[in-house]
Amino acid sequence: MRTILYLIRKEFIQIFRNKFLSKAIFGIPIVQIVILVPAVTFEIKNIELCIVDMDMSAESRQLISKLQGSDFFLLKHTTFDEKEADDMLHADKCDMILHIPENFGRNVVREEKEKLMVVANAINATSAQLAWAYMRGILQDYNSELKVRSMQSNTPGRLSLIETTNRFWYNPSLNYKYYMLPGILVILVTAIGLLLAGLNVVREKEIGTIEQLNVTPIRKYQFITAKLVPFLVIGLVDLAFGLVLGKILFNIPFNGSIAMLFLFAAFYLIAVLGLALFLSTLSSTQQQYLFVVFFVLMIFVLMSGIFTPEESMPLWARRFNIINPTAYFMRVIRMVMLKGSGFADVFQDVRGIIIIGIATISLAIWRYRKTV
Amino acid sequence: MTSEKVIEVKNLVKKFGSFVANDNLSFDVYRGEIFGFLGANGAGKTTALRILSGLSKPSSGDVRVAGLDIYRHAEKVKKHIGYMCQKFSLYEDLTVAENIMLYGGIYGLSKKIIENRASTLLESLNFTSYRKNIIGSLPLGMRQKLAFAVAILHDPDIVFLDEPTGGVDPITRRQFWEMIYKASSDGITVFVTTHYMDEAEYCDRVSIMSEGRIVAIDSPDELKKRYGASSVQDVFVKIARPSNYSPNNN
Repeated sequence: MRTILYLIRKEFIQIFRNKFLSKAIFGIPIVQIVILVPAVTFEIKNIELCIVDMDMSAESRQLISKLQGSDFFLLKHTTFDEKEADDMLHADKCDMILHIPENFGRNVVREEKEKLMVVANAINATSAQLAWAYMRGILQDYNSELKVRSMQSNTPGRLSLIETTNRFWYNPSLNYKYYMLPGILVILVTAIGLLLAGLNVVREKEIGTIEQLNVTPIRKYQFITAKLVPFLVIGLVDLAFGLVLGKILFNIPFNGSIAMLFLFAAFYLIAVLGLALFLSTLSSTQQQYLFVVFFVLMIFVLMSGIFTPEESMPLWARRFNIINPTAYFMRVIRMVMLKGSGFADVFQDVRGIIIIGIATISLAIWRYRKTV
Repeated sequence: MTSEKVIEVKNLVKKFGSFVANDNLSFDVYRGEIFGFLGANGAGKTTALRILSGLSKPSSGDVRVAGLDIYRHAEKVKKHIGYMCQKFSLYEDLTVAENIMLYGGIYGLSKKIIENRASTLLESLNFTSYRKNIIGSLPLGMRQKLAFAVAILHDPDIVFLDEPTGGVDPITRRQFWEMIYKASSDGITVFVTTHYMDEAEYCDRVSIMSEGRIVAIDSPDELKKRYGASSVQDVFVKIARPSNYSPNNN
């Protein structure tokens, strides 16, 4: 036990004596949170719209003013020339074309049937789909208004429209910052775990000091523990730092138990650090290690559901996430922060992360060799 | 020097693939002696030393260090040995005192003992004023002396030195050998590899390796007598020349 304390002390001295590292540990969270949280959003505003209005009727004008009234659309141009509109889309001067045919107004009133054409630039499929969804919403709205109006003129009495109202639970204002901040914190903690600890071990290999440790009677578990604890502490401190920063800068809500979140984060860090130490036993240079970890980090983070909901991933990807520790943390941090989930809600995730942790730590201890 | 064997090696073989680095080595080292392990670059000295200090496993053969079988008691052996390698191995970003504290702690010495020994050894090296200096800021010779002092901090039975004076100036080398003599007189067996032949003269016994084999083993005086040479250097040139350099080969 005393041996471990001496070794841990040495790691801390080394980290804080390193002028760059000691600043980066607190500088990187600030940069990440300040830049990424407000920047990464899926919300689309100001979709640039070009309208080809061949009708110029009261109805078409009504529709256009409805579009103009929405936050999502920005009327960039109106024209009678289809080619001009197509050219604008090609030249990336607008995102969407709405084509209103001749006699649109007459037809919707008399025949109650008319077709509109919408063309969207789908280079980014997600934003095209979103833009289309907004457009459809407005068109449907308009459509039902028309229906009600025509029915009211034919039938006596009042006819009311079925109105749907929706409430978005856990993030009522659909503020993407609330959704992204926990995700960014997960990336931060993961990067600390995977990069700092692993590189530390590989660096000792490169400069040869690990050999001096290997001729001492130090035990494998002592070595692994001493490499694990400092980065566990730093990871948790950075998580706390990031949460405080999120509260101050973006007033991020925290509905769950802070103790619960930190307990889970500790389990998560142990699992990730175990993996880092295991991978470090396989690499002999920092270059090798970085190359491997870059891919591991990317797969873990992108599959974890940070940007795309886990539920919409293919089945095999969801199965992969059973062994992806980042997916557990991503789920739990959002549940605890936004939904206020308690221990009973995240019990399965706690169990999962503990199993992964035991596996990675065992691998690290098993693979660490004092002899070559 | 006594007749008690602290290192016993019988038929030690170490292979890397088809390359035989140590070819059937057998030798003993006695308690308290300074044992020089000589050989040209690539003769297999470091390989053997790494096996004896537990950093590498032999392919076959019997090896006992400090009375313990290295196969069965690899970790126990480590309590009884000190090690210093050619690549400088103290932590460069820690101070002198922090390095001493760390290694003392790893060997399980109490804080009080570490502090006592640290002040004694720093005084004897005249390094007391450098206690709080970062190792990286010290000159190489000073670091090597410190590394040696740290390697014997826990009072081991045997200390393994792998080319400890490589790249060090003659004055520091001389001081380094004074430290070796002091350690030896305190009862620590010194196992040292070198290719400085003048250093070989300071050893109680030397073994000369060539191409993975021990070609001669005795005291420097006996070797000189046997080969009619005036110095160990001459003996070395006579017998340790790799076969492909020999004129008889052509």
